[in-house]
Amino acid sequence: MEATTPLLQVENLGVCFTHGAMEAHALRGIDLSFYKEEIHGLVGESGSGKTVTSTCIMGLLPSPPGKIVSGRILFDGKDLLAIPETEMRKVRGRQIAMVFQEPGKYLNPAFKIGEQITEMLILHLGMTKAQAKERARELLGLVGLGKDGRVLDSYPHELSGGMKQRAMIAIAISCNPVFLIADEPTTALDVTLQLQILKLIKKLRDMLGMGILFISHDLGVVNEVADRVSVIYAGRIVESTAKSQLFTNPLHPYTRLLIMSIPDARKRGKRLASIPGRVPDADNTPTGCAFHPRCPLAVQRCRVENPSLVEYEIGHAVACHRAGETWNI
Amino acid sequence: MDLFWFFLRRFGRLLLTVFIISTLVFFVIRIIPGDPAMIIAGMDAPPEDIQAIRVKLGTDKPITVQYLEWLSSIVRLDFGNTMISGEPVTKLILERFPLTLILALLGISIGIVIAVPLGVLSAVKRWSFWDYFGLVFSQLGMAIPSFWLGIILLLIFAVKFPIFPLFGSETPAHFVLPAISLGFARAAVILRLARASMVEELSKEYVITARAKGLTENMVKYKHALKNALLPIITITGIELGYMLGGAIIIEQVFSLPGLGRLFLYGIYQRDFPLIQGGVVFVAIIFSLINFVADILYSIVNPKIRFE
Repeated sequence: MEATTPLLQVENLGVCFTHGAMEAHALRGIDLSFYKEEIHGLVGESGSGKTVTSTCIMGLLPSPPGKIVSGRILFDGKDLLAIPETEMRKVRGRQIAMVFQEPGKYLNPAFKIGEQITEMLILHLGMTKAQAKERARELLGLVGLGKDGRVLDSYPHELSGGMKQRAMIAIAISCNPVFLIADEPTTALDVTLQLQILKLIKKLRDMLGMGILFISHDLGVVNEVADRVSVIYAGRIVESTAKSQLFTNPLHPYTRLLIMSIPDARKRGKRLASIPGRVPDADNTPTGCAFHPRCPLAVQRCRVENPSLVEYEIGHAVACHRAGETWNI
Repeated sequence: MDLFWFFLRRFGRLLLTVFIISTLVFFVIRIIPGDPAMIIAGMDAPPEDIQAIRVKLGTDKPITVQYLEWLSSIVRLDFGNTMISGEPVTKLILERFPLTLILALLGISIGIVIAVPLGVLSAVKRWSFWDYFGLVFSQLGMAIPSFWLGIILLLIFAVKFPIFPLFGSETPAHFVLPAISLGFARAAVILRLARASMVEELSKEYVITARAKGLTENMVKYKHALKNALLPIITITGIELGYMLGGAIIIEQVFSLPGLGRLFLYGIYQRDFPLIQGGVVFVAIIFSLINFVADILYSIVNPKIRFE
């Protein structure tokens, strides 16, 4: 996987939101590489910049107030940030598709599921209505909504939460995209449903060979699906590596704390670790390493010098002055 | 199938509304102090005359019998004869109704044709010229009384420049100025609602989905958002139309149009109880019918309502 060229590459992406005189640096230069057939988990707390990253890739950053201040997004030999909107529209939905967190809100209540799928097929692939309907029926079967196509004629409110998310996924994969962004696709669902949806996403990755950006605040969920994980904190990637590496050998104290805060049956009865404090606001990021006020290992250097993301060992990048060090809990 | 049951449920509600209103009308008229027969006959009338009028009105019978007769008259849509001319109330109402219907339909059409596109445009291009234009338009529409607008329109387009006729209802041209006077204020209300509704829909999450699907902005706005934004517009249009079908008393006065409004006004002046009773119930039936149709339309656009 390492040797092939990335399917999509985010380079030094910086995003700034302005509200009057206030400037909030939501992303402060992030690098991410996505590969074919790989599920890349992006983990971070709310407000860390996960969703902003995905909106930038989709070219849907609301501007104003948002503004891309630096970087490139390379995909299919183009910089998605530089191409005109008409060209970007052919990428959106056709080559890069997206699944959202709350399918109940992100599906249009006034249209049947069938129509919400077929309109894309007709628009992007130039299918006739009948062809599109047939394909929509297949897609619903593929995501586990039955092969009889009953759901085609259903409105979103007639479906359960899990079914809605499956329908949302059917819409996203309808045009065989090469890259899929799943933004917290299981957060709004019951735990039992979560696992089913995660399995479905993995199955579709295997069948269709998509590269997937899987965004979550929950490292436990990411552990279920991802091949590679990047941890984002206050608009910067602080650690990025293969999943197995990350869980066995976390280098960044933030990652380590996140892993310790995953509930685990084996640690039953013990107190669950929590990270004191909260993610700094994007308009008031601390100097030096943004994590230093919450970091158990912080030293003077962390307060003044922002560590850059460097390869600490092969295929394992981290941005920390005290990478790999541990402390007594 | 669920549409059929929805239809039935709403129809049941319609019947219930009409029943409640007829009952209210019946008792309100009887609770009001003063015997209608005495009022009609005059203060000094001999008791025989008053009794004769009571028999004519049917108020000499026991109240339960009167109530049952009243209900059965509604089912037969026979509201008795007027006191003054002795003509059947139903016939009078049905004679006047086409004019009111045409006027109301023209008025609401003018309202919709102006308000919906302008409201939607105001929402899509917020703070643009069109938005401010819409704002000024709707402020004017709400502030200007329709009788004043009617008179001004008559002065300009019938007196100064005699493009349209001054009185009467013989030709389509007679309806132009009254319909504009009536539609202007309706347009103001519908415009504000259309804008607010569209602004709200454009901020919904499914709009992001529509963009993420690679749809054009026009499809996102005028297909995905607009279909949802139409729902409250349908409801308010139904209510507005219902009001207008009760007769536009002021506009009918200004333009001397023999519509329902003037008929009922006349009935009130003359204390013509059968006419007033019949008029109120007729308006209630029409109002309920229009709302019923609006509900059905609404449920076709938004099937979710059928599950409420």
